[in-house]
This record gives sequence, structure tokens and C-alpha cells, in this order.
Amino acid sequence: MSFMELIKRAKENQDFSILSENIPYMKALGINVHQYGGLLITTLKANPQLAGNPWIPALHGGNIGGLLEMAAIVQLAHDQESDDLPRTINITVEYLRTGFIKDLHAKALVTKRGRRVANVQVQCWQDDPGKPVASMHGHFLMS
Amino acid sequence: MTDKALMERLVHFRSKPENQSPFAVYIGLKILDIDKGEATVSVPYAEHLAGNSLTGILHGGIITTTLDAVCGLSVIAALGGPTTIATLDLRIDYLKPATPKEDVFAYGHCYKVTRNVCFVRGIAYQSDKSKPIANATATFMITAKGTGKEVQKNAQPELAQGETK
Repeated sequence: MSFMELIKRAKENQDFSILSENIPYMKALGINVHQYGGLLITTLKANPQLAGNPWIPALHGGNIGGLLEMAAIVQLAHDQESDDLPRTINITVEYLRTGFIKDLHAKALVTKRGRRVANVQVQCWQDDPGKPVASMHGHFLMS
Repeated sequence: MTDKALMERLVHFRSKPENQSPFAVYIGLKILDIDKGEATVSVPYAEHLAGNSLTGILHGGIITTTLDAVCGLSVIAALGGPTTIATLDLRIDYLKPATPKEDVFAYGHCYKVTRNVCFVRGIAYQSDKSKPIANATATFMITAKGTGKEVQKNAQPELAQGETK
């Protein structure tokens, strides 16, 4: 099933677990999407294997970036009617705090959706949404 | 050119279990080359890390991880040995999708070291280095004790020239 078909089915059933069951990267890392009211929260489950720094230990920056990018794509695909898969043009990740081996939650905000390009901002946090671990902004090709 | 002594030191340092990055081990990241302020790594293709099981194209997150790792490694190579650093920011431009079933290589170049911050460029590529799949620009913070003059003193001199902010 294509990514857009998975999103469509998830929206119909109000259950996004179908994404993590079918997308290898999400399954391997333990990324899940949950809906709270109208809000989509993408979560990376705590797992010591995802550490980059073995001494603290702290999450690998690439995994934080991967979660943020995933959250943006899921939000864009969820919001749109068309069948075109949003494709990443670029992302800029700003690392603000150490990501510990705890669940990491991300929330995406579509700043602007153009006909061809969308701009998305994403923040992620662990215990306190007021203390973000990292933030990202990115451009995505919509058609 | 390879800085053999530095490469041996880094490879030896990373071969100890307590210094291994669990995620780098998980994706099979290998150091291929180390020079002054430069690093090259490889990551084998893995079906279970694809972003889409139909196409088998690796997820962007794996490219992000590889570029973050190689950029960090080039900073370590610029600073002349193992030390602790933290990514401040990382920008990635995705130039084209990765070809399924082909390994990914990444090259990072730390072109400027200052007292607290290091500046890096990197690319990810597959069979042809002149046709990169992604481009990265990153800055790293030196978090080790002795940040400042001491760390910079050990850094490769040509990278640490000039005023520091």
C-alpha cells in the first residue's frame, strides 16, 4: 500500500497504527502517530538503541531529525485531499536540549501551504512541551 | 590523503564497547577515511530502514543520521582527537532520492574551528561522489571541558586560524 493510501485508511478509521505497521523506518525506530482531538502527535518511543552518545546516554541527532521530518510529512499528508505524496526539499533542525532516552513527542504546524511548496515548522519535547528538545523547519514539494 | 595516525586513534577509540554509539552500530556505520578536518563513512543499504516498502527507498531520517554522524566525525578530526561535541543545527537539502539496494556514503568537512563553535559542510552520495543525494550544512558546539583556548590549541592549525568569536 502506498503512503497516501495508508494515510487515507488511517483517517477513515481514526487509527494511525497502520502507518507504523507498514512503513519500515517507522517500525524499526518505533515511531507512532496518535490523534488527540484535531491534533496529530508523532512519538518516538524510548529505546536505548537509538542513542548516539553512549555516555549520557542521549538520542542520536539523526533520529531526532528523522522524527521531526516524519511528523511534518504525516501532517501534510493528513491535511490534503490529493494523492500526491509530499516530498522533502530541505529541512533545518535546531538542537536545543539533550534528547534523553525517553519518549519524544513532535507536533507539526503548517506555516504555509502553497500549490507547489509547503513550509512546515515542527517542535519536539519529552516531559514538558514548554521545553523543546529540537525544532525544525522545512520545505516540501506538494505536486 | 589519509591521516593514518588520527584514523587509527579514532577507530581504536570507537572499537571499545563503552564508546560505541548504539545507533551507529545498529545501522552499520563504518569509518572509511579520516583526514585533517575530513571524514568519510558508509552505511549499508537496509530494507527495514526504508521510508516506503513499495519502492524500498531509504527514509530521509537515515540520510539525516548519516550526515549528522559524518559531520560530527569531521569536527572530531579537526579537533585532533576524541572530545565531546553537540550539534547546534543541521540543514539538509535532499537533491535526489537514494537508489534502493545501494549503500550510502557520506563525506564531511569541518572547514572552520573557533573557540566554541565548529562549521561543517557535508554530502551524502552512492555510486558517484559527483552526484550527491543530499547536501548538509551544520554547526557544532564544543562541549568538552577545556573548551576555549585549550581545545583550539590541539586543533589542526590551518582550521583554527584567524579571529575567534
